[in-house]
Amino acid sequence: MTRTIRVTVNGREHERTVEVRATLAEFLREDLDLTGTHVGCEHGVCGTCTVLLDGEPVRACLMLAVQADGGHVDTIEGLAPAEGLHPIQEAFWAKHGLQCGYCTPGIIMSTRAFLRERPEPSREEIREMLSGHLCRCTGYHFIVEAIEEAARAVAGGRRSS
Amino acid sequence: MGAKYFGASVKRREDPRYLRGEGRFVDDIKLPGMLHAAFVRSPYAHARIAAIRADAAKRMPGVAHVFTFADLERWMKPLPLFGAVPPGLAARVQVTMRQIGQLAMCRAEARHVGEIVAMVLATSRALAEDAGERVEVDYEPLPVLSDVEAAARPDAPVLYPEWGDNVALSFRAGFGDVEGAFRRAEARVRERFVIPRYVGMPIETRGVVAQWDPRDGALTTWNGTQVVHFVQQGLVAALGLAPHKIRVIAPDVGGGFGTKANGYPEDLLVPAAAIAARRPVKWIEDRREHMMGSAHARAQVHDIEIAARRDGTMLAVRDRIWVDLGAYNSWGIVLPYNTVAHLLGPHRVPNLDVECRGVVTTKTPNAPYRGAGRPETVFAMDRIVDCLAVELGMDPAELRRRNYLGEADMPYELQIPYRDGNPLVYDSGDFRGGLEAALRAVGYDALRAEQARLREQGIHRGIGISSYVEGTAIGPYEGATVRLDASGHAVVATGACCQGQGHETSFAQIAADALGIPLEWVTVVGGDTAAIPFGVGTFASRSAVNAGSSIHEASGRVKDKLVAAAAALLEAAPADIEIADGLVSVRGAPASATPLAAVIRAAIPTFARPGVAAPDFEATVYHHQPTVTYTSATHVAVVDVDAGTGAVKLLRYLVSHDCGKVINPVIVEGQIHGGVAQGVGGGLLEEMVYDEQAQLLTGTFMDYLVPTAMELPAIETVHLEYPSPRNPLGMKGIGEGGAISPPAAIANAVEDALRPFGVRVTRTPLGPSVVLGLLEQAAARGGRPA
Repeated sequence: MTRTIRVTVNGREHERTVEVRATLAEFLREDLDLTGTHVGCEHGVCGTCTVLLDGEPVRACLMLAVQADGGHVDTIEGLAPAEGLHPIQEAFWAKHGLQCGYCTPGIIMSTRAFLRERPEPSREEIREMLSGHLCRCTGYHFIVEAIEEAARAVAGGRRSS
Repeated sequence: MGAKYFGASVKRREDPRYLRGEGRFVDDIKLPGMLHAAFVRSPYAHARIAAIRADAAKRMPGVAHVFTFADLERWMKPLPLFGAVPPGLAARVQVTMRQIGQLAMCRAEARHVGEIVAMVLATSRALAEDAGERVEVDYEPLPVLSDVEAAARPDAPVLYPEWGDNVALSFRAGFGDVEGAFRRAEARVRERFVIPRYVGMPIETRGVVAQWDPRDGALTTWNGTQVVHFVQQGLVAALGLAPHKIRVIAPDVGGGFGTKANGYPEDLLVPAAAIAARRPVKWIEDRREHMMGSAHARAQVHDIEIAARRDGTMLAVRDRIWVDLGAYNSWGIVLPYNTVAHLLGPHRVPNLDVECRGVVTTKTPNAPYRGAGRPETVFAMDRIVDCLAVELGMDPAELRRRNYLGEADMPYELQIPYRDGNPLVYDSGDFRGGLEAALRAVGYDALRAEQARLREQGIHRGIGISSYVEGTAIGPYEGATVRLDASGHAVVATGACCQGQGHETSFAQIAADALGIPLEWVTVVGGDTAAIPFGVGTFASRSAVNAGSSIHEASGRVKDKLVAAAAALLEAAPADIEIADGLVSVRGAPASATPLAAVIRAAIPTFARPGVAAPDFEATVYHHQPTVTYTSATHVAVVDVDAGTGAVKLLRYLVSHDCGKVINPVIVEGQIHGGVAQGVGGGLLEEMVYDEQAQLLTGTFMDYLVPTAMELPAIETVHLEYPSPRNPLGMKGIGEGGAISPPAAIANAVEDALRPFGVRVTRTPLGPSVVLGLLEQAAARGGRPA
């Protein structure tokens, strides 16, 4: 069974006919070729597939594509400018906040939403937010430092702009 | 040559693509006409397959094929076996070993839950999975083997009738007079320790894509593996093609940890299906499949005994080890012998007697995972050392101090061979110095004083120590080809494969230094059999030393060729040619500075002239690494245990370590953090649980708990540097080390915290219910109730 949905992804509107059982992750990856959103467990625990729906982080593996109908989705591909990196991405690069890079897009999308809500987070708050994500490479410490750095950079950017 | 990049924490060159979502992992590969595979897997631990009916499945929408063993039989050769006994080892240790290669698909018998029974190809993954549920299989359950010791008893059902029993491997190793030492000892302690099954669990599951090209009679397969050349060798044997007709590519790989260094049925089944179907095929493992179908690890039992004098001097160690191999003995001596070779670690012990038995059971096969036998053996040793400290009434740090080898003892030979058959000689290090550095950095004496104060307040703080000495960078080789293009930029090709360790940066640092070019000019290609014909792969903390040494030497040879061409072009003596930052100049004549591209151009013939030298700026080196180099570390864990709830809070975790000369310090730091995190998981959270029917009870991330940021403190590190004399750059391996000591350090800390209750910790993971159980047991033995 299929249904036609209209979803705005990274600022661009798409109208597609999708299987009603297709997840949002499948829709992004298979129908739109946005393969930056990765899938780690398909049961909503690891957080790897996190994208923003109307600004809020969601697990793209637990959501059906049809549930995103009429919504605005932001994925990792929409974060950086055409050249260079977003300040959050810069901070992860500078602080070695990634190794294999598989869980990274989901963590960065959560960080983006998190820093909007908490522009000056404490370490404890960062760790609590991060606990919605599994990373098997880093031990998280450098990710925590990257998010602290990102908070400073994003706040600095806001002040200067 | 000065090192401009070696030793510098340069930012990783691979990161921007990952950060932008532009990495390319196996699941990101899409080919025209591609079919998707789903597997039907045995729900039984051991069963005869009486019949398979696939007609209904074949009629399902989108289904192209359903394959069983019979359909793919021509390619169903046994999967590759590892861990043969090398001659040098056979000469000194008598190993009895039996191995039978797994078939990629069950022929008539399934030997563990998750073994593959049938394969469905359909136009989408969902349709393939739907059809898989319609494949009807008649299973006749057979007796199971769920316990390693029970499986070794003479009356146990036998998994491989031709063997007569289930003991796939046994040997005894040691030296000295253990009987005499135990007789003469003033203190003896004995305990049984259990190291459960826990696993690598990369966040990217495994996956394979394969494409058959009928024009060239060639196969290309993308596989999220750590060992492209091993996968290629397996395919050569099964498909009967020449190696150059099989290209194996590991694209970006989302963590490996050894789990992806194993040989797997799907490595063959997906390519075979692509050939049979004449269409590209993709298979992406789901998490439940990963838990039953990807290799498990650890799973050992140690009955260990130590003898000492009253002053703490260790006299002898005796250990009886059981290794639960799971259903196939694919890895031979690797895990069992690693366990034995690393048992004594930093301790000076003059007498050793170890008996080791590897036994097959009806569970998922056991394969190397970060540490590969070392976390298990270090758990047994460091636990028994703490038990000895209690027996002697001595501080556990002091007991270690009195028995650790120091710098003056190096090189130090242990009187058993290493797994590669060569003498086991620690090349460099200072284990006592490392211990002292850790104790100083953690503030050990102050921690002990604080512990005593907190105990009076009813707060149960514990401090645990564990150390290891790790043979890293096992050979025999990894090769590298270094080649310049017309602009003087370099391509470095190696058999080492990257799963997040930063090869594209570290290897470029080595090459750029040796060539005298900017880092940005180097492109590193790993994980592609078309780039270099022979290779081993990335596991066993081996790539920096093995591949790095080859890259260093090959780059040096390319530089020699550049110097010869430049000398001809600039009419100078080769000894006067200097290359730096991509410019060639004659010593003392800065005006002579010439871009490398001009030298290369001058070597390429034109109609007007021959080249100044052969335009051959390429070199290949296969650096031979006959044996390992020894990394060492001391870990200290500080925990609080809530005696009411059993909850263990890890407060601090400190690592002092030596991994020789470091290419990129921040990458090394990251490797330690990640290894420790996995070790903490093993100590506190992670276990693959089977019931008595050898049924796997662990199927999701709600059952298998991977540490989150809430369970891990910031990891503190102290770096020591004792260069290895066994490779040109003085390096040692660091990939695995972090994961080795945490279970032991945490178990020691938990027991230390609960010392007033008389608790004895004999297994992990130390979840709340386990800790409460320990307190109850201690109370039942007459200890203080919690």
